[in-house]
Amino acid sequence: MPDLDPSFLALPMRELADAALGRARELGVTHADFRLERIRVGWLQLRDGKLDSTSDSEDLGLAVRVIHEGAWGFAADIARTPEAARRLAEQAVATAKISRVLSDDPVTLAPEPTYPDATWVSSYEIDPFEVPESERVARLSELSERLLAADGVDHVDASLMHVLENKFYADTAGTSTTQQRVRINPNFTAVHVDRGEGKFYSMRTIGGPAGRGWEYLRGTGWDFDAEIAELPELLAEHVKSPSVTAGSYDLVIHPTNLWLTIHESIGHATELDRALGYEAAYAGTSFATFDKLNTLKYGSGVMNVTGDRTVEHGLATIGYDDEGVQTKAFDIVRAGTLVGYQLNRHMAQAKGFGRSNGCAFADSSGHIPLQRMANVSLQPDPSGPSVDELISGVQRGIYILGDRSWSIDMQRYNFQFTGQRFYRIENGRLAGQLRDVAYQATTTDFWGSLEAVGGPATYHLGGAMNCGKGQPGQVAAVSHGCPATLFRGVNVLNTVAEGGR
Amino acid sequence: MAQVQEFVEQALQLSTVDGCVVVAEEHTETNLRWANNSLTTNGQMTSRAVTVVSVAGESAGVVTRSVSTPDELATLVKASEAAARDATPADDFAPLVEPYDTDDDWDADPATTSVDVFARFAPELGTAFKQAGKNGRLLFGFAEHQMSSTFVGSSTGLRRRFDQPNGRVELNGKSDDYTRSVWAGIHTRDFSDVALDAAIEQLNTRLDWAATSVELPAGRYETILPPGAVADLMIYAYWTASARDAEEGRNVFAGPNGTTRIGERLSTLPLTLRSDPADPRLACAPFEIVTASEGGLQSVFDNGAPVTATSWIDNGRLANLARTRSWATRTNAEPRLFIGNLMLDGKGSASLDDMVASTERGLLLTCLWYIREVDPQTLLLTGLTRDGVFLVEDGTVRGAVNNFRFNESPIDLLGRITEVGRTEYTLPREWNDYFTRTAMPPVRVPDFNMSTVSQAS
Repeated sequence: MPDLDPSFLALPMRELADAALGRARELGVTHADFRLERIRVGWLQLRDGKLDSTSDSEDLGLAVRVIHEGAWGFAADIARTPEAARRLAEQAVATAKISRVLSDDPVTLAPEPTYPDATWVSSYEIDPFEVPESERVARLSELSERLLAADGVDHVDASLMHVLENKFYADTAGTSTTQQRVRINPNFTAVHVDRGEGKFYSMRTIGGPAGRGWEYLRGTGWDFDAEIAELPELLAEHVKSPSVTAGSYDLVIHPTNLWLTIHESIGHATELDRALGYEAAYAGTSFATFDKLNTLKYGSGVMNVTGDRTVEHGLATIGYDDEGVQTKAFDIVRAGTLVGYQLNRHMAQAKGFGRSNGCAFADSSGHIPLQRMANVSLQPDPSGPSVDELISGVQRGIYILGDRSWSIDMQRYNFQFTGQRFYRIENGRLAGQLRDVAYQATTTDFWGSLEAVGGPATYHLGGAMNCGKGQPGQVAAVSHGCPATLFRGVNVLNTVAEGGR
Repeated sequence: MAQVQEFVEQALQLSTVDGCVVVAEEHTETNLRWANNSLTTNGQMTSRAVTVVSVAGESAGVVTRSVSTPDELATLVKASEAAARDATPADDFAPLVEPYDTDDDWDADPATTSVDVFARFAPELGTAFKQAGKNGRLLFGFAEHQMSSTFVGSSTGLRRRFDQPNGRVELNGKSDDYTRSVWAGIHTRDFSDVALDAAIEQLNTRLDWAATSVELPAGRYETILPPGAVADLMIYAYWTASARDAEEGRNVFAGPNGTTRIGERLSTLPLTLRSDPADPRLACAPFEIVTASEGGLQSVFDNGAPVTATSWIDNGRLANLARTRSWATRTNAEPRLFIGNLMLDGKGSASLDDMVASTERGLLLTCLWYIREVDPQTLLLTGLTRDGVFLVEDGTVRGAVNNFRFNESPIDLLGRITEVGRTEYTLPREWNDYFTRTAMPPVRVPDFNMSTVSQAS
């Protein structure tokens, strides 16, 4: 496992934390936490194999959050001196005083053991920032050129985002943690253009982002070379494929598509802050309201969903959250019934959960920790079927791979998703690609129609780097694992017909 | 001169490569957030980002750091130069912008904001919480004020600076059983013009309308879209309006036989979609500020280039697409740089209320939400209605209708609009994290595609 970056460790984090927390104590807080965070983001974009955009951006700053007379206060700045840290504590207390006038319930936090001097580093081999940009560009360019050389590929977009995240956290209870994570998101899109007709078609790689390093582009965790080799032929078939007839279909959904459906219809719906209304004006609320805990029939009996901040290579995986809580795995849906929520310490205390399950997270020092999503994953059946076996049980259906368009309502009922590839299933066999498919459903109907989950061999960890939540807006990276799955009788729309054509 | 301008000058002095542009932003922001008639979070933040674009030959190294000392600045310049020397030629290379005359006050201190901007608003909000509680209603929302001072300095001698204030208020009102929900949004430069009372009154009116609920099935409905909903649809079309993508045949603005749709009539109504950095209420930077090139829409090589009022759609015809200086050179065309505001005007005079009054039967929307692209070929977008769909019959609101998922293309809609109201300043609901400065009219669409019903309330 890699070491903590010495350049981050060289920052005067303890001196700043002592200054801020000491000043906060003097001002009479019941809790204060200090974060020093450095988030470095690399971005490359190539158009037709040529470098179109490059950036290497770092955000570095400190934040103090306090509970003063029962009210939250928060302040963030970039100046890294003890004086500035003390001033931040004063600002945070000043904002708490404004909050107190406008808030009802005093804030108290769920108890948590203290973890002095804890460290944690994510599981990766090579920090992409350690790879020269020329080498990163060369790899993207090489794969782009292979696509461009193929018949029927007129344009290629390639992009690579990678992040090195360092967090130092300390609180007045005595916890201090120093953590480091790396994540990477390579994407390649092949485009076919029919200039005569004025039409265009595209297909993107489906590996998605991962909590891995540069090794991900060299074949560890995903075989981009193999996928790039297949993509032109798959795109050519897509271009010639018939448009779907709208109606009810059985769906076999590959994990590269279903992860996003899980994210939207389970992940967000089981965030307790949404269920309690804290996000009502923005991200929305949830149909899975708190009174339905342990009774709501979320889906069929084969549906088992966990929240997890410990899975290796998970994008939301970390050792300790931004409230000093040690992370763990926990049940959200067991045998189809809602049994848990994602929590922070305030909500865990307010709703009697005892301890938090470690889901408080800020995307940078400039922002307050919110309840953010764990890696929420659908569990496979230990003796479950293969993809072929799932397909063999379908008379008239569609097999869906790769995510594309997504949208869901503010209570997480009605969703609509498209994908990268769709295959018609006829009498238990694949019968060529289809086009213009979107599936649309209401969350509990959809999960209620889940007939079978595949075996562990069909399991894949998908995910996103750009999950948005909160005001001011914050982004978070999160993974979702799932096996291949079979759903019966799902509403399929034709997107061309939806456009009125 | 403050530290940030000195950093720009020092970085340029340290530069040893063929060209260098420094973009330095000092940013302060403050916010209040509330739920269930109670403040939930607040904060004030200060940040600085210094971006150094080093140019070696036709290659660029673009590095951004939160610089706070001269040593860190020197490290940043070196990192940017190393990246430039290591890079392959940039596809969007263009010569750096030469100096020209400006009225900018380069030396003035960066503008800032603080929690004091809420001095009048916060107590009014407290009063509104109490009043809502008495009426069995709940308020949720967010108020934010940001100030960014951006300094662009180039090795060509160009110096430009711009102070961008940006404020927004989002108000969500609900009945205390959460079954009724309405929304109002306000864009402001400094909070002096925020009329919270009027906005709360609007919420209360709409919550009263929702006392009667009407269930309607999916289908195509005559629909009045308010200015904010129109803004959200037009912003997506604007973000897609890359001349390069169109000329390569791969966006909705591509035409048959290798052409683009520039010149095509998109609407028989006199609709004009334009951006103007000099609009008094929506003023934005009159020059390009880019810290990372963006897929054919914006280029770091264009930093500091003047941007002037541009019509994207002129009297119903597609007139211009966004064109970087690099792509303009390659296509023998004039550059059309991306601008940070967007206005639609159709020479209409009717207010939203007037349009409701003249409706025989139709739906009045409050806003659109979770808008995502379904089919780039037609720019088909999907999304939800949110916080109030109202049935209008014989010019009167009859009650609140269930929410719907829609599937519509903004480009297609332009050709189907039958009535355009009076343009007003508005806050888009969906995209106001990224794009706030808009002025739009309410519009009437005779056959808006409400594809499926959403149970969300």
